[in-house]
Amino acid sequence: MTDSKYFTTTKKGEIFELKAELNSDKKEKKKEAVKKVIASMTVGKDVSALFPDVVNCMQTDNLELKKLVYLYLMNYAKSQPDMAIMAVNTFVKDCEDPNPLIRALAVRTMGCIRVDKITEYLCEPLRKCLKDEDPYVRKTAAVCVAKLHDINAQLVEDQGFLDTLKDLISDSNPMVVANAVAALSEIAESHPNSNLLDLNPQTINKLLTALNECTEWGQIFILDCLANYTPRDDRESQSICERVTPRLSHANSAVVLSAVKVLMKFMEMLPKDLDYYGTLLKKLAPPLVTLLSAEPELQYVALRNINLIVQRRPEILKHEMKVFFVKYNDPIYVKLEKLDIMIRLASQANIAQVLAELKEYATEVDVDFVRKAVRAIGRCAIKVEQSAERCVSTLLDLIQTKVNYVVQEAIVVIKDIFRKYPNKYESVIATLCENLDSLDEPEARAAMIWIVGEYAERIDNADELLESFLEGFHDESTQVQLQLLTGIVKLFLKKPTETQELVQQVLSLATQDSDNPDLRDRGYIYWRLLSTDPVAAKEVVLAEKPLISEETDLIEPTLLEELICHIGTLASVYHKPPSAFVEGSRGVQHKRLPGSAGSGESVDSPDTGSAAGVSEAPPAVIPSQGDLLGDLLNLDLTPPTTTGPPPPTSGMQMGAMDLLGGGLDSLMGDESEPPPIPLRTDTPQSPQLSHQSPSPPDYSPTELGGDLGGNPAMAAGFGAPPAVMPTSFNAPVSGGLDDLFDLGGGVGMPMGSYSPPKTVWLPAMKAKGLEISGTFARRSGVIQMEMTLTNKAMSVMTDFAIQFNRNSFGLAPAGPLQVLTPLSPNQSIEVSLPLNTVGPVMKMEPLNNLQVAVKNNIDVFYFSCQYPISMLFVEDGKMERQVFLATWKDIPNDNESQFQIKDCHLSSDAASNKLQGSNIFTIAKRTVEGQDMLYQSIKLTNGIWVLAELRVQAGNPNYTVSLKCRAPEVSQSVFQSYEAVLKN
Amino acid sequence: HTCLHIHDNVLICRNYKGDVDMAEIDHFMPLLMQHEEEGLICPVISHGNVHFLWIKHSNLYLVAMTNKNSNASLVYSFLYKLVEVFTEYFKELEEESIQDNFVVVYELLDELMDFGFPQTTDSKILQEYITQEGAKLEVAKSKVPTTVTNAVSWRSEGIKYKKNEVFIDVIESINVLVNANGSVMSSDIVGSIKLKTMLSGMPELRLGLNDRVLFALTGRDKGKTVVMEDVKFHQCVRLSRFESDRTISFIPPDGESELMSYRINTHVKPLIWIESVIEKFSHSRVEIMVKAKGQFKKQSVANNVEVRVPVPSDADSPKFKTSTGHAKYVPEKNLVVWTIKSFPGGKEFLMRAHFGLPSVENDELEGKPPITVKFEIPYFTVSGIQVRYMKIIEKSGYQALPWVRYITQSGDYQLRTNV
Repeated sequence: MTDSKYFTTTKKGEIFELKAELNSDKKEKKKEAVKKVIASMTVGKDVSALFPDVVNCMQTDNLELKKLVYLYLMNYAKSQPDMAIMAVNTFVKDCEDPNPLIRALAVRTMGCIRVDKITEYLCEPLRKCLKDEDPYVRKTAAVCVAKLHDINAQLVEDQGFLDTLKDLISDSNPMVVANAVAALSEIAESHPNSNLLDLNPQTINKLLTALNECTEWGQIFILDCLANYTPRDDRESQSICERVTPRLSHANSAVVLSAVKVLMKFMEMLPKDLDYYGTLLKKLAPPLVTLLSAEPELQYVALRNINLIVQRRPEILKHEMKVFFVKYNDPIYVKLEKLDIMIRLASQANIAQVLAELKEYATEVDVDFVRKAVRAIGRCAIKVEQSAERCVSTLLDLIQTKVNYVVQEAIVVIKDIFRKYPNKYESVIATLCENLDSLDEPEARAAMIWIVGEYAERIDNADELLESFLEGFHDESTQVQLQLLTGIVKLFLKKPTETQELVQQVLSLATQDSDNPDLRDRGYIYWRLLSTDPVAAKEVVLAEKPLISEETDLIEPTLLEELICHIGTLASVYHKPPSAFVEGSRGVQHKRLPGSAGSGESVDSPDTGSAAGVSEAPPAVIPSQGDLLGDLLNLDLTPPTTTGPPPPTSGMQMGAMDLLGGGLDSLMGDESEPPPIPLRTDTPQSPQLSHQSPSPPDYSPTELGGDLGGNPAMAAGFGAPPAVMPTSFNAPVSGGLDDLFDLGGGVGMPMGSYSPPKTVWLPAMKAKGLEISGTFARRSGVIQMEMTLTNKAMSVMTDFAIQFNRNSFGLAPAGPLQVLTPLSPNQSIEVSLPLNTVGPVMKMEPLNNLQVAVKNNIDVFYFSCQYPISMLFVEDGKMERQVFLATWKDIPNDNESQFQIKDCHLSSDAASNKLQGSNIFTIAKRTVEGQDMLYQSIKLTNGIWVLAELRVQAGNPNYTVSLKCRAPEVSQSVFQSYEAVLKN
Repeated sequence: HTCLHIHDNVLICRNYKGDVDMAEIDHFMPLLMQHEEEGLICPVISHGNVHFLWIKHSNLYLVAMTNKNSNASLVYSFLYKLVEVFTEYFKELEEESIQDNFVVVYELLDELMDFGFPQTTDSKILQEYITQEGAKLEVAKSKVPTTVTNAVSWRSEGIKYKKNEVFIDVIESINVLVNANGSVMSSDIVGSIKLKTMLSGMPELRLGLNDRVLFALTGRDKGKTVVMEDVKFHQCVRLSRFESDRTISFIPPDGESELMSYRINTHVKPLIWIESVIEKFSHSRVEIMVKAKGQFKKQSVANNVEVRVPVPSDADSPKFKTSTGHAKYVPEKNLVVWTIKSFPGGKEFLMRAHFGLPSVENDELEGKPPITVKFEIPYFTVSGIQVRYMKIIEKSGYQALPWVRYITQSGDYQLRTNV
């Protein structure tokens, strides 16, 4: 006889019958009836009408019956709150039952009855149960506190249950400790600022002791809790790690992953030269590999986490490539993840094997997997230069298979390979062109068009090929349209004679017949450029493109750090911070890895010592050196965008901004002002942020757009060309556009502003042998930080990264520090780091002070340097005469400052020319009594205008400059720039 | 891990925290179907802010729902534990067994997890106080076994056997991946030591293996030793003790259990080597020639050897010729299975198969499944691992006998083909 019979009663009047049975005198009959009720409940029938009758059965010494009634209560109490009170007495009584099983059952069920009204009646029984002599009851009561807290947090606090719960951490029974820890962690999650889990070395010690004795689940609770602790110093960190490592041998994968989380986090604090650090690294690899023999879902979680671990500490698994080879019977989600990790681990040492595998995968049948495998081949080519040739020939083999999606993927990645190794593999273009007709996916079509345009001079029928796409121009996706426009313009610039008609056609399609603003704008820009100055057009459109970097889909470092703190959880599976997918995440803290090794002082501050993971509020005032250190340590060491072009600081933003800037407010720390908008490229660029997508990086759109957005000269020259309509182009250009283009009035492209000579910023003595000297330059509208890194130490330096502290003008690196090869002892390397001005702003003293952190494999170093403010003078700083006059009058005289420039022997014209090179524009010149008065304007990257009057008297080597600005703070620095520019 | 469903039109569910609306489960099946259709199944599916973490057991889906940043590895571990517990209780975990035992299932769900925290999941201990014959409420059964909260949560006190014995099985599985050109891409050994403990009282056991690290620690002269890349232990083994001096000491669970598993990375020669020539003549036929060679000691014999060779799904009219054993066509799996009951070391056997192919070609793309091999070689471990001793100490001082058995078998044993 089985329970299934209870499911079969479907006759009418069932409820009525059940009611009678429930009230029967016979125990057996009663129990049968309750079972029928529960069965009905299970299949989703509403049996809430029987509430009083079922509750009446509650008082029984039959444990099974009691459990069933409790089950019923949990289900229906919420819908019958008034009647739920009827149950309270029994709960109270059951909590004092001599049988601990019943006491625990009562306290467990009580907490599941989510009826506010009855919670207060439950406090007394709960209090008793928390002190029960039987650990089974205590461990159940501990969880009940969390349940109650979820219903009525205030009540739990008022009743002092939280303190009792904390006391249970010292309980003699490991299971009680584990549940208390779990309950406290749960409660703490909704109280981010409470110091609930007051973790100190004593409690940590208790937890570590309980860790050895409790169940596998308890071990997970404890490890997850430990992961929130920040040890005081590297010694404590090491001693905790030592006690946690044995957990790596636990059979339960979840225990292993939670232990890995603790170790990955605490490892941050260990000095890298410590023997133990190396030991720990070695210990982590085997258990991570073993996780791949677990059930597929657990493998999946493990792989998603390994993906993070490999990014944070590539050394751990660098020799384990083979274990990530895909097996035929792996589920697809495992296959795709393995592939991702294979690429991350690919290196010159293992590339041959990896390629052989990838080729094998590319002939499989699963479309997504095959596509990813083909892309992976391309990524290998880009990552491991020595393999590029082999990769290209493998891709060509694959193209020969004529499998449609394989061909398309291959073309997309070959385009990237061309970007990385220009002019090296064009021999394959012929083969690619053969497959032109089979391409039906936008990305592949766009890639092919890019290739044809880029190598137009070597493809005899390039014009025919591109023309064939033009027929269905309006049916193409934006991506293809933009690419076709650029491609044909390139073709025209390379072979102008035969392709004039074609280029006119595409320009008019893009500007007149399209509703897409991006396309139209790009069309107009090309048009204008071509008609104004074909030579400049050539320089802009056919400019050398920046090489694409090897790793483009790396998770942004701060996010990576946060995710490492969440190893094993959903966040680590999604590669998203919990705040991105947990509702009401007000309580969700952004976890951070602890500061790096050795510097005991930096973690001594009370903030970091206790509440682990709570991110500190940034200091509101200029930090003292000590605070600054902490601040810099918390900064991520690479900027969020790694491949994108530096946002142009002039041009587009012009229209959007108040011409005279927001004055001081906008300069000093008020971040409400929108950052300058970079020129739009054809697709939003977010490879680093698309964490969910398992597909390889989508760097192509940005790179394709790089012709436009990526070329800094473009932005600079944008405002410049005069509005002369070419005779050969009769297309109308709207008046609005004319205005936009007519800002310049004949100013040529600046040839680069004054750049001071390099000075030593960081002496080798202060930086364990790393010497940095440098300067700043502004080239074609881009601020460059030019540095010479010299290794004066005995060992090789690698892993360079750079980060700025907040500064007055929001200067920030526009890309990672590109030190591609390790720096050997006595070697120097010149690095040019493009900067943008969209970083966080904080007023510095002096204004042009920049605090920099440079990291390498040895340590993190800090230094300050000062940039000439002229770096910030933008190319469109020439003000209209009338505006100048009005503004000059408008700015109060108090804001005017006067400076003397001595020993300057230039004529006023020569001075004017020189200054213009640094974007100080002369608007008008007056000569009064042998004295030349030059009226000049300057615009800073943040939109602040500086107006100047420069007086030059023939024969007198002393100039006078008067500066007027709404933010007079900048005057002193601007004057210094005048002096520097004129005298150099 | 907020709540749990055993699914197939929701057979049974339990809401542990009350923060997820149970109706959310209605989105699960449609989403799963959609993902399956797109060929993008994933063990985590989300809908709004509810996340479904699921596993499938026979035709049942076990689904956990959460709206927090839950510990995903814990959830999957727990779901698999659930399958284990239910299987021990009901033999088979399937729709019928759940319906037939829904009262016990509810009781178990209540005991296994509380408010999303897994609790006692050891089925042997659970069976001491949650029984299927709940009707007979004996006093003993209605008490919490102290084991539940003991530090030794896997073994009850007072166990008695007339004859005290422990059976040790050392089982090694070989995983091999061989490329189509015959090179071994990866190979490893996954070993497992299983116990069947029939010992009275609370015995203290110590297992000695020829572990190279242990030998190095104790300075013992080198005999044949084995390097274990990674070792995983049952909850009962004192991990910190192993970490400090490589001693495997424990109080064993009663009855059958897996004491430990280990992984060895050493490159092993594939014990059964397969060479295959598969020629596909489109529209007419497929010819298969498979040579199997036993690359192990002559004294040993591999039993129940099965070589599974993939054939195209539209193949027909099979013909076979084998030098030993027999070959069978399994059309539902698109396989030829060549079975050799007893395969002595050093021997070589041959199988030829011939299939017809229809003249109209199947335009569906087919994958390239590998040849797989199954076998068992008793009395032998490929790694050379040995149980040197098993010390059994119980306070009553009884004599107990340990019995050891060795076996090597195929694990994930795949050889890629050219076709």
